[in-house]
Amino acid sequence: MTEDTAQLLLFALAIVALTPLMGRYMARVYAGERTLLTPVVAPVERAIYRLGGIDPAAEQRWTRYATSVIALNLVGTLAFYAILRLQDVLPLNPRGLGPVEPALAFNTAISFITSTNWQAYAGERTLSYFSQMAGCTVYNFVSTASAMGVAIAVMRGFATSQTRSLGNFHVDFIRTNLYVLLPVALISALFLVFEGVPQTLADYASVKTVEGGEQIIARGPVASQVAIKMLGTNGGGFFNANGAHPFENPTPLSNFVQAVLMLLIPAALTYTFGTMVGDTRQGWALFSVMAIVFVLGLVIIYAAERAGNPMIAALPIDQMAGNMEGKETRFGMAGAALWAAVGTTTAAGAVNSSLDSYTPIGGMVPMMNVQLSEVIFGGAGSGFYNLVFYIVLAMFIAGLMVGRSPDYLGKKIEVREIKLAVLTLLIVPLGMLLLPAIAIMIPAAAAAIQDHGPHGLSELLYAYASATAANGSAFAGFDGGSTFHLTAQGLAMLAGRFAFIIAGLAIAGSIGAKRTAVAALDTVPTHTPLFVALMVAVIFIFGALSFFPAVALGPLAEHFEMRAGRSF
Amino acid sequence: MLKELRLALFLIAAMTVLTGIAYPLVVTGIAQMLFPWRANGSIVLDEAGQPIGSALIAQRFDRPDYFHPRPSAVDYDAQGSGASNAAPSSKRLIAAITARTEAERATSSERKIPVEMVTASASGLDPHISADAAYAQAPRVARLRNMAEGDIWKLIGDHVEDRSLGFIGELRVNVLELNRALDALPRQGEAVR
Repeated sequence: MTEDTAQLLLFALAIVALTPLMGRYMARVYAGERTLLTPVVAPVERAIYRLGGIDPAAEQRWTRYATSVIALNLVGTLAFYAILRLQDVLPLNPRGLGPVEPALAFNTAISFITSTNWQAYAGERTLSYFSQMAGCTVYNFVSTASAMGVAIAVMRGFATSQTRSLGNFHVDFIRTNLYVLLPVALISALFLVFEGVPQTLADYASVKTVEGGEQIIARGPVASQVAIKMLGTNGGGFFNANGAHPFENPTPLSNFVQAVLMLLIPAALTYTFGTMVGDTRQGWALFSVMAIVFVLGLVIIYAAERAGNPMIAALPIDQMAGNMEGKETRFGMAGAALWAAVGTTTAAGAVNSSLDSYTPIGGMVPMMNVQLSEVIFGGAGSGFYNLVFYIVLAMFIAGLMVGRSPDYLGKKIEVREIKLAVLTLLIVPLGMLLLPAIAIMIPAAAAAIQDHGPHGLSELLYAYASATAANGSAFAGFDGGSTFHLTAQGLAMLAGRFAFIIAGLAIAGSIGAKRTAVAALDTVPTHTPLFVALMVAVIFIFGALSFFPAVALGPLAEHFEMRAGRSF
Repeated sequence: MLKELRLALFLIAAMTVLTGIAYPLVVTGIAQMLFPWRANGSIVLDEAGQPIGSALIAQRFDRPDYFHPRPSAVDYDAQGSGASNAAPSSKRLIAAITARTEAERATSSERKIPVEMVTASASGLDPHISADAAYAQAPRVARLRNMAEGDIWKLIGDHVEDRSLGFIGELRVNVLELNRALDALPRQGEAVR
């Protein structure tokens, strides 16, 4: 218990300490200023510009920026799909795996490009080493750098005055990869190997066990994939068991470091924003909003899982360790709860335990984290631009309350921005509630539900929340392998991801064109506890309340049924 | 748009070379040079130099004179991995836990069974059990090996892995390593001979 508290406090300390360091560094990178890495990276950067015929000085309006994002992601999806379909004839396939089935390849390609990383695939049984390297690993970089580019473009909208330019996507994309993602991923990958994560091109190991049985042990180029999977908040595992697999996450320390990696960029981008708008207090205010909701969820998950499963309380079992079904011994409750909170508030969706086997309340919090559509830190990049919609909404409400036309950082928030924010946020319940409602009426689709009773509904709800919010974690008993779910979830992922990207850029475009007014005395200040409280309230009211009826029929119903001793 | 697509094609090609080939290969090269044992999956060899498992991956131990790992939802098949994903409220899970508890009680002197011995791990390949779960199995192993229980306790004590930095994670015992050490001990009687 004391150790658990110490671990969680150290985690909080690490994030608070790293946020300004990483945030300031990224601000320099995107401003094109000199950094520690410039001497090494700049020649590579220039070579890419030259080879690709890219003019780094060319400025893009929001429409052009969005076109570039979509073109890159479209080509990427097709390329990844082709790799998966052709993996049997491509190299580095020591297991001789056949091509990935079309619906699964479609789902997987979209899932990686949208940074959802929903694992309909089981890595060690489905994917060749080449698909893991030139597929999964590459699109972890591509999707993250795309989202971070968009986030920076949106920040520029608030930071500049009366300009239609949001920067240049190709430059932002290349710089993200070269200055931020690759260096951190490289160091992290080597650290992970040091902790025990394999990194080899050799075939699976075949061993004769101590008792004389045969065991074939899957391995491969794991560390390089896992490092960017965490840093980029992608979350798609090399192995089926994701971060629970001892080869992805061998020690409590690797568990801790990977949790830090997931939160590193989303947290730091709040500081980058503060730096770009010339007032770091603004960044810390957004950081605080996220931290409050995050800590609240973490505490609830930890307490619920620590208490154990009441259904087996009558058996002669020592449940001091907590609810251990679907959890690993080495992490314990603190390590599991930390990942459950980090993996679902960020867009990572990485898991080191089976959320499906969590107690109803312990599993409800991750589900609600996902339903908030990834604004509590959120994805690397996507977390920030998703939050902008809530900022617009919160300032609109604040404006109504004080009777002033709303503004944020000197930028007037008008009909166009509010319309965009509301319409975009409305997509979320469509994907998260309407699609599962359709699925439940189609017998073949409803058959994907594993468990009886209210928990079955939770599984279905979670699957579509996860896809729409581009999270990727699951109540994994849910069998998403049918064509209906592979396709419907593919569409939910596309809609969830790209609607937010396009609308976010559109808001940035119109905000950027406005004049930055000098703050008047009666404007609502946005670096104060009042603003933080308002944001938290708006996130709960708009993000969580829409889902309350569904959550009441799922996890809450299960909780009360279990308290009454009912099993299903 | 055509120009955008051409640029996109170029960037995807560049990213494939840079992050899909160069980056994993550089990591592989350095890892194989610096930490070759870990980079290849922490494969444990027996005295004859034959691979008998991975130090990080659970393997089946059915014999009652060995320490047992946690239950596995994938039957210790390390070509795959995964949890039961059973709902906490499901009859299926409660039945499985009840059955395991009864089986454990038949061979254990403990009044209460440590929870991780009757619940499936998340990966199905959890190589560890808690120190408590190892101590709970000590009487059985000692009896069947005709050894003093104290010797087994000492062996477990020597194999307890500490928390990282003293407070991250849980105290635990690696089942494969513990059983290997157990086999290396002289059995009672053998030592006298």
